[in-house]
Amino acid sequence: MSSREKILAAVKINQPALQQLPALEELKAIQYENDFAQFKTVLTTIGGTLVEIDNTNEITEYVKNNFTNHQNYVTSLPELSEIKMLDEHLDPHFLENIEVAIVNAVFGVAENGSVWLTDVEMKIRALPFICQHLAVVLHKKNMVSNMHQAYALIGENDYDFGVFIAGPSKTADIEQSLVLGAHGPKTMTVFIMN
Amino acid sequence: MSSTNAKHPELSAIFNKDEARVDWHDETLWWVRQKRDKAAWTVPEWEQLRETASAIKNNVLSNLHDYLMEFEEKAKANGVIVHWAADDKEHNEIVHAILKENNVSQIVKSKSMLTEECGLNEYLAQNNIDVVDTDLGERIVQLANEHPSHIVLPCIHWKKEEIGELFHQHLNTPKGNSDPQFLAGAARIHLREKFLTRKIAITGVNFAVAATGEFVVSTNEGNADMGAHLADVHIACMGIEKIIPERKHLGVFLRLLARSATGQPITTYSSHFKKPNINQTMHIVLVDNGRTVQLGRESFRNSLKCIRCAACFNTCPVYRRSGGHSYHTAIAGPIGSILAPNLDMKKNADLPFASTLCGSCSNVCPVKIDIHNQLYLWRQEITKQGYSPKLKTVVMKVMAVTLSKPTLFNIGGKAARWVIKYLPFMVNNRLNPWYKQRDLPAPPKQSFTEWYKKNRK
Repeated sequence: MSSREKILAAVKINQPALQQLPALEELKAIQYENDFAQFKTVLTTIGGTLVEIDNTNEITEYVKNNFTNHQNYVTSLPELSEIKMLDEHLDPHFLENIEVAIVNAVFGVAENGSVWLTDVEMKIRALPFICQHLAVVLHKKNMVSNMHQAYALIGENDYDFGVFIAGPSKTADIEQSLVLGAHGPKTMTVFIMN
Repeated sequence: MSSTNAKHPELSAIFNKDEARVDWHDETLWWVRQKRDKAAWTVPEWEQLRETASAIKNNVLSNLHDYLMEFEEKAKANGVIVHWAADDKEHNEIVHAILKENNVSQIVKSKSMLTEECGLNEYLAQNNIDVVDTDLGERIVQLANEHPSHIVLPCIHWKKEEIGELFHQHLNTPKGNSDPQFLAGAARIHLREKFLTRKIAITGVNFAVAATGEFVVSTNEGNADMGAHLADVHIACMGIEKIIPERKHLGVFLRLLARSATGQPITTYSSHFKKPNINQTMHIVLVDNGRTVQLGRESFRNSLKCIRCAACFNTCPVYRRSGGHSYHTAIAGPIGSILAPNLDMKKNADLPFASTLCGSCSNVCPVKIDIHNQLYLWRQEITKQGYSPKLKTVVMKVMAVTLSKPTLFNIGGKAARWVIKYLPFMVNNRLNPWYKQRDLPAPPKQSFTEWYKKNRK
């Protein structure tokens, strides 16, 4: 008998009588009066930056004023014409020196300041992790209060890879001192499009 | 884990030699526990959330056979190669075979308590494979030839000056520099080179969704993603109990996990791996290693609901004052003490006794495992099997006789008060471990019974 059969047989014998799944609808999950205000507060608390904008030109202007190494910016947004378009067939190892990456986010979650994106938005999976600074663009209306609503929005979406990102990469492994920029981005900017 | 056979009392005694350090360790972990409380209080439905998580996990354990089959089918359809390992040895061999198949002798690994449980690093080292742990805390203990002392905060027992010295020796940082920002920066550069050059990455798994075949890995550092997305081969190792039924259930667990662990509203990254990256091979290793046996133990199967947040570590008065290495197992703390006897009852017979049974662990557990009850039940089981510490067994028997006979109890009490008052060395000596780091209060003049008889009017 293979290990697979052995394990499955042992599970079958040893698992207790069936217990029903709870209905998540009964969970009275927190709802904020103003999701955007809550999102901004949490994102700022976890080390992120929120910038409200009215048009995409402001994104280019902001990143140029706030970051260096201008030649190493990359984006997956065609409307940012001044910034180099990401070649989605690039070997991810060549992204090593990317200073700023700007991608779309699908929606934000107010309770934890995270944004959801999939490989459709990031094009190359390594991109939002390997860049020195990450910026995402989010429409103000695309905001939910909590994670239950987040998964309701994701639904049966057939992504290959998806991720909630909440702020810059961080570690507190050395005496619980918070350091931003562990392995991934040192900063995270969320551009909120009004 | 530990190469010696030293037990929790002896190993704690080593940790307890430096009283100031114990206080520091205790306070640091209590601070993390307080952050957990604050985070939990921001969620009005917190208790309902815990109850829901517990009910989902109960359902998972009761239907695990079908969920595992469903997960395997969906994962395969997603293009993932699924392996089954009956025990630690088979798990290690499967991983090693994948490395050999790909002619790879250097890999990166993000945090996986399962691979710690299986002793993967030691096994691969014997086979001349170079494994680099990429979680900063894990890298620190790895460079120091140690194991993590905490499942979420692997080097919580290390001081920054010691890490500075360690990095000076291994990463050539300037001697005497112990600034956390600087040291983390040095580790970033050191590990980036590994991420960019290693062809195989191993990660753990926090949750695996039966309905979709995807799995979620949570990190703050981004090390699991850096490893996995830059490698040709991604191997994800998971215990069979990590399954959850549907994607929507992730909402419940991701709300609980980071809040319980560190007081964060969510970890920086909650990565959902469904299909392999372009030109990448993805493997999942499903590991039993005693889990099916534990599933069959009615009193102890609840321990399999654990989501490895370590809230029970941070709140435990014994863990905070004895340090993770005193538990001599991959998973320390209260949860480790109810998991370990299942793997080896004789070797881990001391662990369920490393507790005050105060119940704080059960009160903070996000999936409502009755940890302190199980610790108590393991003590009974271990005693029944004849593995309990010998001295404790004799003392317990004397206590049982004394407490069941009022006359004997009264005489005993009187004698004890007299001894403590006039011959304190009779009890305060090295034969009595209670006196380590403790002092007795002054003995009362009379027992409560005597006082009551005199004052009853």
